[in-house]
Amino acid sequence: MAALLEVQDLRTQFQTRDGLVYAVNGVSYDLAEGETLGIVGESGCGKSVSVLSLMRLIPEPPGKIASGKAVFQGKDLLKMSPDEIRHVRGAQIGMVFQDPMTSLNPVLTIGRQLTEALELHMGMNKQQARQRAAELLGMVGIPQAGDRLDDYPHQFSGGMRQRVMIAMALSCTPQLLIADEPTTALDVTIQAQIIELVKRLRDELGMAIIWITHDLGIVAGLAKRVIVMYAGFIIEEASAKDLYADPRHPYTLGLLGSLPRVDDTQHRRLVSIDGLPPDLLGLPKGCPFAPRCAFVIDRCWEENPKLELVSPGHKKACWVDTRQGRPQ
Amino acid sequence: MNNDNTLLQVVDLKKHFPITQGIIFMKQIGSVKAVDGVSFDVRRGETLGLVGESGCGKSTTGRTILQLHRATSGQVFFTAADNQTHELTALKGEPLRKMRRKMQMIFQDPYASLNPRMTVGDIIGEPLIIHGVARGKAVEERVQDLLKVVGLNSLFANRYPHEFSGGQRQRIGIARALALNPEFIVCDEPISALDVSIQAQVVNLLEDLQSRFNLTYLFIAHDLSMVRHISDRVAVMYLGVIVELSSRDELYNNPLHPYTKALLSAVPVPDPVVEEKRQRIILQGDVPSPVNPPSGCRFHTRCPIAQFPLCKESRPEWRDMGGGHRVACHLV
Repeated sequence: MAALLEVQDLRTQFQTRDGLVYAVNGVSYDLAEGETLGIVGESGCGKSVSVLSLMRLIPEPPGKIASGKAVFQGKDLLKMSPDEIRHVRGAQIGMVFQDPMTSLNPVLTIGRQLTEALELHMGMNKQQARQRAAELLGMVGIPQAGDRLDDYPHQFSGGMRQRVMIAMALSCTPQLLIADEPTTALDVTIQAQIIELVKRLRDELGMAIIWITHDLGIVAGLAKRVIVMYAGFIIEEASAKDLYADPRHPYTLGLLGSLPRVDDTQHRRLVSIDGLPPDLLGLPKGCPFAPRCAFVIDRCWEENPKLELVSPGHKKACWVDTRQGRPQ
Repeated sequence: MNNDNTLLQVVDLKKHFPITQGIIFMKQIGSVKAVDGVSFDVRRGETLGLVGESGCGKSTTGRTILQLHRATSGQVFFTAADNQTHELTALKGEPLRKMRRKMQMIFQDPYASLNPRMTVGDIIGEPLIIHGVARGKAVEERVQDLLKVVGLNSLFANRYPHEFSGGQRQRIGIARALALNPEFIVCDEPISALDVSIQAQVVNLLEDLQSRFNLTYLFIAHDLSMVRHISDRVAVMYLGVIVELSSRDELYNNPLHPYTKALLSAVPVPDPVVEEKRQRIILQGDVPSPVNPPSGCRFHTRCPIAQFPLCKESRPEWRDMGGGHRVACHLV
């Protein structure tokens, strides 16, 4: 399949009072049409910044995209003029953010917020746009959609607002949907509703999805391929099946070990990852995970490993073969 | 019912918050029925998990038990290690203050529950001074012990909370809760603000402390996987009432209440092979408002198996299905 999006060596940095923060450090991946990619990592690992950079939504200054290419349908998103990128955002790439409470405008009706993009990108007139907006709300499962167009966001519950956000992101039938922790603020039963909805829409509309989350459980049921990020680097990339059955990077191993499972019948002690999340001020000389790693060897402190193929479709950035056990 | 093993007994506990209108002559026009008649007991040395979605009243239950909110009605009995039973809901003033030593709380947000102007040593030492347990040098020594117990460097006593990460702050909150050697700790979502890799550290610490100091926990959380991991028994709350209570494995392997079933099926499992085969029960709609909860069974508006008019008209009884597995549903 043709690549819909090709990201190469993306680097994003932020200038702060304490110095330069290296948020994303040379991230490369590609995404085929209709594919679902999961990006997993803890807070501060650069997963959100890496996709915000693609959409050119990083405030400059203090942020800066230091290098990289992001070719979407043959054109580099990072080299587009502000005018060109505005036609991509919303129209060809839709985005759903984490917090549905703050990403809707509280003083505009839901209908107005939905029709804005339709009039702008699809060239619809007011009536057509309103008609389409009602269809969209119906599609995401909001009852009496036509009557609710004139309601304001505060009249919707959290789960409903996230449905509205999804309707907005899909309004111009984009080829790519970027979902940045869209269910983190929601309860589990509502989260299950939203995930089912996205799966159904993906099958109906055939769009590609980048789903960003810290929850390895959500990605397991949703994504074909998963990227694990740490300190702004991709440290492992594999098909979902390989990653969960055969994790190769010590950090991925640790993450999976630290998760209790709802279907777990043995009361085993959780494997915790020692130490603290990384400090992104300044680039580490060696592997960024070395201070917390159970497998660390001398080389880890000297050289940062590159992301390399370990088996077909499975890449990791680590000097140690974790299947051989701990080196000490 | 009150055998030697029971530390805490909660009987038909209710907490309603008034909704008022007007500025000077505030008139009560309704109430938020945050907790509306819950009964359970907690055994000495166990961890009782309390799960439910946001707004179901689980935190209010924890706070009302500790008398941080005074109950609207109902009773809470606390049997201390000296085998004396106190009715917490009837105590006030000095006798209640004395009881507070025995029961402590760990809060959800480690960023909001530590005073930014106090040093860590002052934060952990404050309960000791307030309750007159130690003074001067003795406080310092105890603080250093406590810091070591929760896995922090004892030299940190002079630092301020902003110098610590989320996981470290949560450890400080735990040290403060332990300062008075309590018997019972309410853990109100102690890990939900933390990163995944740090959550495991804190949970392991809580488990170690429990066996070391023979603590009893009421563990409030919305993460059903973590509750299964840490609890001995689990209670499931929905809209101010407990709908099911059972031992951990019984609840997860054999859930009886339709809400528990839906809740468990909604939790994602970090395994793509399992996920592919799982059947989800997707609940329709949102949790109704606790200001005006549904009549009869509170779950009937979203229940996939509700029978009308039965479920709409009568409130289901709290029945024992054998082996301490209790459930409130007409159709089980």
